Amino acid sequence: MGWINARRRRPVAGYAALLLGLVIVGLLYGALTRTGAQAAPTTAQENIANGRILFQATCSSCHGLDAQGTSQAPGLIGAGAAAVYFQMSTGRMPAKEVGAENERKPTLFTEQQILDIAAYVQSIGGGPEIPTPAQVSTVGADTALGSQLFSANCAQCHGYAGAGGALTYGKDAPGLTQATPTQIYTAMLTGPEAMPVFSDGAISPQAKRDIIAYITQTRTEPNPGGFSLGRTGPVTEGLVIFLGGIGFLVLASMWLTAKRREPWDVAQEENARAARTEETARTSGTEH
Amino acid sequence: MSDMEEVEGPEGPAAPHRVIGTPPPTPRLLGSGQGTEDGGAADGHGAEVEPAEERLPEVSDYPSHASNAEKIVAWCFLIAFIAGCGFIAAYVGLEVGSVDATLRSNLALGFSLSVVMLGLGLGALIWVRQLMPDAELTEIRHAPRSPEKERQAFAEYFAEGTGASQFVKRPLVRRTLLLATLPLAAIPIVVLRDLGPLPYTSLRHTVWAPGRRLLVYGTNQPITSAEFSAPGGMITIVPDGFTDDQDALAKAAVLLIKFRPGELQVPTRYDGSTLIGTMNWTVDNIVAYSKICTHVGCPVALYEQTTHHILCPCHQSTFDAATGATVIFGPAPRPLPQLPLTVDAQGYLVSKSDFTQPVGPSFWERG
Amino acid sequence: MTSSDDFKAPRWLAGTGGWLDDRFGGARGIRQLLKKVFPDHWSFMLGEIALYSFVILLLTGTFLSFFFVPSAAEIVYHGSYTKLDGIRMSQAYASTLNISFDVRAGLLMRQIHHWSADLFMASIIVHLLRNFFTGAFRKPREVTWLIGVVIFMLGLLEGLFGYSLPDDQLSGAGIRILEGVLLGIPIVGTYAAFFLFGGQYPGTAIIPRMYIIHVLLIPGILLALITAHLIFVFYQKHTAMPAINQTDRIETGQPFYPYFLAKTTAWFFFVFAACAILATFAQINPVWQYGPYTPIAISSASQPDFYMGFLEGALRMMPAWEWNFLGHTISFSVLIPFAVPAGIIFGGLLFWPFFEQWATGDRSYHHVNDRPRNAPIRTATGIAGVVFYGVLWAEGANDVIADKLQIPLYTVTWIARVLIFVGPLVAFIVTRRICLGLQRKDKELLEHGLETGIIRQLPDGEFVEIHRPMNEEERAILEAKKVPALMPAPGSEDEHGVPAPKSRGAVGWARGVANRAFAETVVVEADGHGNGHGNGHAPGEEYAELGPGELSESSVPHPDPLLWHPHEEPPEES
Repeated sequence: MGWINARRRRPVAGYAALLLGLVIVGLLYGALTRTGAQAAPTTAQENIANGRILFQATCSSCHGLDAQGTSQAPGLIGAGAAAVYFQMSTGRMPAKEVGAENERKPTLFTEQQILDIAAYVQSIGGGPEIPTPAQVSTVGADTALGSQLFSANCAQCHGYAGAGGALTYGKDAPGLTQATPTQIYTAMLTGPEAMPVFSDGAISPQAKRDIIAYITQTRTEPNPGGFSLGRTGPVTEGLVIFLGGIGFLVLASMWLTAKRREPWDVAQEENARAARTEETARTSGTEH
Repeated sequence: MSDMEEVEGPEGPAAPHRVIGTPPPTPRLLGSGQGTEDGGAADGHGAEVEPAEERLPEVSDYPSHASNAEKIVAWCFLIAFIAGCGFIAAYVGLEVGSVDATLRSNLALGFSLSVVMLGLGLGALIWVRQLMPDAELTEIRHAPRSPEKERQAFAEYFAEGTGASQFVKRPLVRRTLLLATLPLAAIPIVVLRDLGPLPYTSLRHTVWAPGRRLLVYGTNQPITSAEFSAPGGMITIVPDGFTDDQDALAKAAVLLIKFRPGELQVPTRYDGSTLIGTMNWTVDNIVAYSKICTHVGCPVALYEQTTHHILCPCHQSTFDAATGATVIFGPAPRPLPQLPLTVDAQGYLVSKSDFTQPVGPSFWERG
Repeated sequence: MTSSDDFKAPRWLAGTGGWLDDRFGGARGIRQLLKKVFPDHWSFMLGEIALYSFVILLLTGTFLSFFFVPSAAEIVYHGSYTKLDGIRMSQAYASTLNISFDVRAGLLMRQIHHWSADLFMASIIVHLLRNFFTGAFRKPREVTWLIGVVIFMLGLLEGLFGYSLPDDQLSGAGIRILEGVLLGIPIVGTYAAFFLFGGQYPGTAIIPRMYIIHVLLIPGILLALITAHLIFVFYQKHTAMPAINQTDRIETGQPFYPYFLAKTTAWFFFVFAACAILATFAQINPVWQYGPYTPIAISSASQPDFYMGFLEGALRMMPAWEWNFLGHTISFSVLIPFAVPAGIIFGGLLFWPFFEQWATGDRSYHHVNDRPRNAPIRTATGIAGVVFYGVLWAEGANDVIADKLQIPLYTVTWIARVLIFVGPLVAFIVTRRICLGLQRKDKELLEHGLETGIIRQLPDGEFVEIHRPMNEEERAILEAKKVPALMPAPGSEDEHGVPAPKSRGAVGWARGVANRAFAETVVVEADGHGNGHGNGHAPGEEYAELGPGELSESSVPHPDPLLWHPHEEPPEES
């Protein structure tokens, strides 16, 4: 203690005390708020019950106590676990406000809580289920077929490389750089908001895997030609050629044709500089 | 007080400009004493110039600048040389054959090429600006017009020659010559006839026919109503037997959309006496429209489930799928043609017949 | 100058020259060429960007033509781009993937080719605008101007076919639009479409035909036109920006050899460097991401290259409009966007020199450029045209604008539909006023001199800023203004009672209106006072409503009668 006391007035002491306080608070917080990551595994019934509690606490204000729907939000009978998983894991639900559409935002719930609510909604009305990891695995998928299906059914809204695009009345189809394979699968299966439904009868689970493989490969694929300029096509290319190409060349042309310093200008400046140096030398000479 | 003055010239601020006295003249051009050889006096430049009061500095008065510039130019060219060798080394040494390898190769080759060009360009620029003297020359601008005498001589000779040819004097010869060349002039146009077949009625039909199965594009599988039962569903359809035929697909691509009960209300419509839309052509609230936009033919592919609008991404023509693809915005002049649907013995969706109106963009003979 | 600058030709050089001269003569002619004077200004280098981009296009295009297969025949792909392994695609597309991923420097060549194509069109646009706003198209350079506009139009077509050759999803949509537009032409539309495509769309003929048009026909015509364009510029001598040593009779500049030659060589390397830098760091036309073309798929944000954007915008802006009559259909939704904006822009460009001649009656030679402010109607019309083109161009990217700027999609189109009419009108009015305002500023400079920043207190306590009169060089620039003379007003008669022949009828009336507009200028009295301030002019007297300018074959710079040195006493105020 004497060691600390002797150094209590040093500048670093304040920082050390602050750091200590933060560490203590953090440890306390961690100990007191153990999240579901530490929770013991529960049975399916406990999941549904847990989900019901969470639903009534958070979702029922718009979707109704029995998920029957209100004027503000549609009913969720038959929506299925997949829809709940997509909307909640991307943070779209709970919706912040009623607007043109809901955007992806950080989620407030843990993965287990989302699965619980999904299980509850599935239990009250059935509907599309969340895919298993095997169903969204891209091992051995046919990216070529995926590219064809993506081109024909997805690219017109999401862009040829999944960069997103505009829809009508202020909506837009989001970019696909952040969606996990399960989110992509459940989005295709349930058709959130303006997106059409691509049921398993129309696009089989295998075909969905191919599309997911195409999306994940495309978004991680490097751009061999340089910066991608947003992967939105010729619009950004046109901007670059004017601002970058013509702009650079106009500046270069101004340099190339600028008036030169005339020889007598240069000579005059040199004479002036020489005169000043002389002057300084003379005066400094007289000083010392 | 400074003797210098910032002058706002027509194209922006000029360099600082001396105010005292008249501006000094530019130095004489190397060697030559005359402006041009155009016969005029060299009145523009190069003639007698009164020297200013002070002695004009000679080029050799400031060698340090020239030798500095020379060093810079030499460095630029040396760097360009090294980069050029680098390009060749990168070409030989870097393989391609995958996206990553191409990225590396493109970066190396492109960077070295850029340095070569920049080095040469910068070096040349500095050479011109710092090493070459700043010489000016004045030329007389003569009017391009020929002197009157020449014009007359030309006119006379031309008239004489034309008269000698008797082209004007002998109308029989002249006119038969013209006659002979007329088919010759038409021949280059005529031989282009076989560029392509005449359209006849080919634009009025597609390959859809009674009983042709609808296949899902990509997997080429037929589809039943039960498989396409989720309301809000949309899928791209191609005709059975023509899945690889681009010419057929360019007119026969179809958009299949599933509605909730009660949402789909296709009005019964006629074009003259031809039925072009009706609820009878739907199956279990599944409706099929041509995917070829009636504006200029892009695939009209965006479907918004919530508004049941079909949007073409090319020029934003918007069609309402629930009411027979009527146009609600954009330049498309007509609704999308509806494909008559029915079910075959195995339960698969098939076309009842071809479209009853031409699909795609309007054309003169469309009617 | 010093002897180290002298040069003695080596024997082989002199020998070769002599050998050639024995057979062709030309010592005098070539010497004249070498001494040809090129006036200097940075904006004169914009046309050279286009020239050197064209050279780069020829070089890289030749490389690409050794590897590209212009065939629509389908194959199953098993090349290096494994994501597309196993799908059917045309040989054109497959060979483009091959160039990109299997030919060393192939992707670099493709990208340099495409970037320099964009640069070619962009530099033509800025070069055209420079020539327009400085009036460099006036007599005797009308033919050079016409050739330039035709090069511009051919360049559009060349670029369209060029980026459509790889047969990818994005450019294929553009070809589909081309076919749809052709179909919409009355009477001959279906025949034109079937003849171009060799039958139904897409067919297999369009790719080889576009190829031959792109590598042989149009480049051949362009080569001839560009050569003619350059020969005319050389022969008629380049124009010059107004200055004391640049008049309609004399021009000053640096000789071709070695000065201009060195500068233009440096410029070639700069242009090539710009293309190379872009090709290294900015990916363009990544066809592997678009996928091979199929007429049943399309992407959002499908735009043509920027120089076709104004046509695309016209198609997007147009509301639906169609006529059906007697078994025939005319689709104005297609016809108007196809013909009207292009007709206005290209027709306007082609006819402007002649319209200006008609409106001003000016038949003299013009070798000195106008400062844009001194031609208010021309400048205002040009800016209105730029706004017109710009609104169309922006509308062509309306879905990207809607997405990035979060504006609803239809709102963007509605804004464009209004702006296309309102924008050019407002731009015309505002620009004209700005030009006249700048002319007034010039007049003030001429009459009152330049501000020196030196404040002096007069004995009665008043503070004045001293102005110094402009010297000869500065005056020459401002006084180079040439204003068209006013033609006889419509209906006016000469001393014998004969109405002026060109002013009769409706055309004559229109000509009178145009003439009065063109002749409007701010008049400067050449009194040359140039002293401090307060010449006794009443405020508001400065703007003369109409001033018939001098129309002369030569413009002699006014010598300043009062050259004043700051260390002298200012002259008495009169």
